[in-house]
Amino acid sequence: MDDYNFAYLDEQTKRMIRRAILKGLAVPGYQVPFASREMPMPYGWGTGGVQVSAATLTPKDTLKVIDQGADDTTNAVSIRKFFERTAGVATTEETTKASIIQTRHRIPEADLTEDQILVYQVPIPEPLRFLEPRETETRKMHSLEEYGLMHVKLYEDISQHGDIATSYAYPVKVEDRYVMDPSPIPKFDNPKLEMAAIQLFGAGREQRIYAVPPYTKVVSLDFEDYPFEASKADHPCDLCGSEHSYLDEVILDDAGNRMFVCSDTDYCRSRRAEGHVGRLGDSEGEAA
Amino acid sequence: MSVENNTNSFGGGFASPPIDAAHGFRAAMNAMARPGTIQAITGAVPPAGISAAAGTLLLTLCDPETGVYLAPDADSVALREWLAFHTGAPIVSADAADFALGSWAALMPLDQYRIGTAEYPDRSTTLIVEMADFGTANASLSGPGIKDVATLALPDAAACLAACQGNAMLYPLGVDFFFTSGSELAALPRSTKISAKD
Repeated sequence: MDDYNFAYLDEQTKRMIRRAILKGLAVPGYQVPFASREMPMPYGWGTGGVQVSAATLTPKDTLKVIDQGADDTTNAVSIRKFFERTAGVATTEETTKASIIQTRHRIPEADLTEDQILVYQVPIPEPLRFLEPRETETRKMHSLEEYGLMHVKLYEDISQHGDIATSYAYPVKVEDRYVMDPSPIPKFDNPKLEMAAIQLFGAGREQRIYAVPPYTKVVSLDFEDYPFEASKADHPCDLCGSEHSYLDEVILDDAGNRMFVCSDTDYCRSRRAEGHVGRLGDSEGEAA
Repeated sequence: MSVENNTNSFGGGFASPPIDAAHGFRAAMNAMARPGTIQAITGAVPPAGISAAAGTLLLTLCDPETGVYLAPDADSVALREWLAFHTGAPIVSADAADFALGSWAALMPLDQYRIGTAEYPDRSTTLIVEMADFGTANASLSGPGIKDVATLALPDAAACLAACQGNAMLYPLGVDFFFTSGSELAALPRSTKISAKD
């Protein structure tokens, strides 16, 4: 390990973040302001998630980092290496072996357990921000539980598109009180927000931390006649054949050929290791 | 190393502050995220009369930015010196406290603590309640962090139950509790619904 303090941040910063996390857990879905630090990576790369992870890590932890479900993208690799170097923690790409998972825009397909912590990177924590730009107003709206505007937005989706067209960062109500942005996860993942693991959300640029304790009631907003639907591309994965995972669409050539693959690379890999084969995969897991 | 009777205000701190604080926080977070569960927490050796759990919690969470209120039965010169040396946290009155430490009876009444504001409910006091032990559970808990029903031993049963129920009624405002005994702690956030255990 280099001459960094454990997990990069200084102790006073970690205490400040830890106090915010505890208050966030006590008031699920409420955005706790915190004094976000400048991190050695640009905003938008997960500076909020990194700070929450840094304040949460212990030397015994095994860290997994995913970006849109993938372990091997630039963002995930960079953050994993950052903590390997500054915290000396073990890292893994296997969901089941990780004790802390930092994620950008996905919830892993495998059910998380009580021994795991999921840390989200959040770009815009305020679900009402695109409806009301003033922070003073959105604070007031949360305090008064005034969420009519959000329902109007969903209604306008229906009147324009025939159904609720919001497909990611789909707003949820936490424990019948706070409307929360679950970060830009696909709405396919929304039902998984009620899980056994602790969920922590960090927004670095916007300086907010919020949290959802295990088994907390998380309801996706909808209407009686237009109920919430966790949608995904209507295909099986072309590599592992899974019918139940969230898929990325990959353009193969300019003749209109395309393939659909699991966005969760570890889920896809472990299924192929078990012998599942999709339309374009072989048993070795390589695209044919 | 003297563990039992630490009379030196410079001793009893974390052996390795980043590591001990990380483990201390994990225990505190697990407790707050799962009300009613009892977590092991060690690392600090506070002056006599204060549990290791409470001492570790204070060193994990307090610094010059957090006001600490010491209830009459926890307040001592030794503890003030120990806190000042290890955390630099100012000792403040109950109505200005971020953290308050003492036994349940000494910490009362509950309405002297900050409960946050409608727009910033996080600006509320966290009470660290020292207990003799986690004896027999006398309260049933439900709410965020609890799968079905959890149980917890509250001190001074009836009065404490009523006070905690009143606190939960204030949600999303209210104070949050840690209960500490020896090297164990449990937590009761304001989001938890409490009733007497059958």
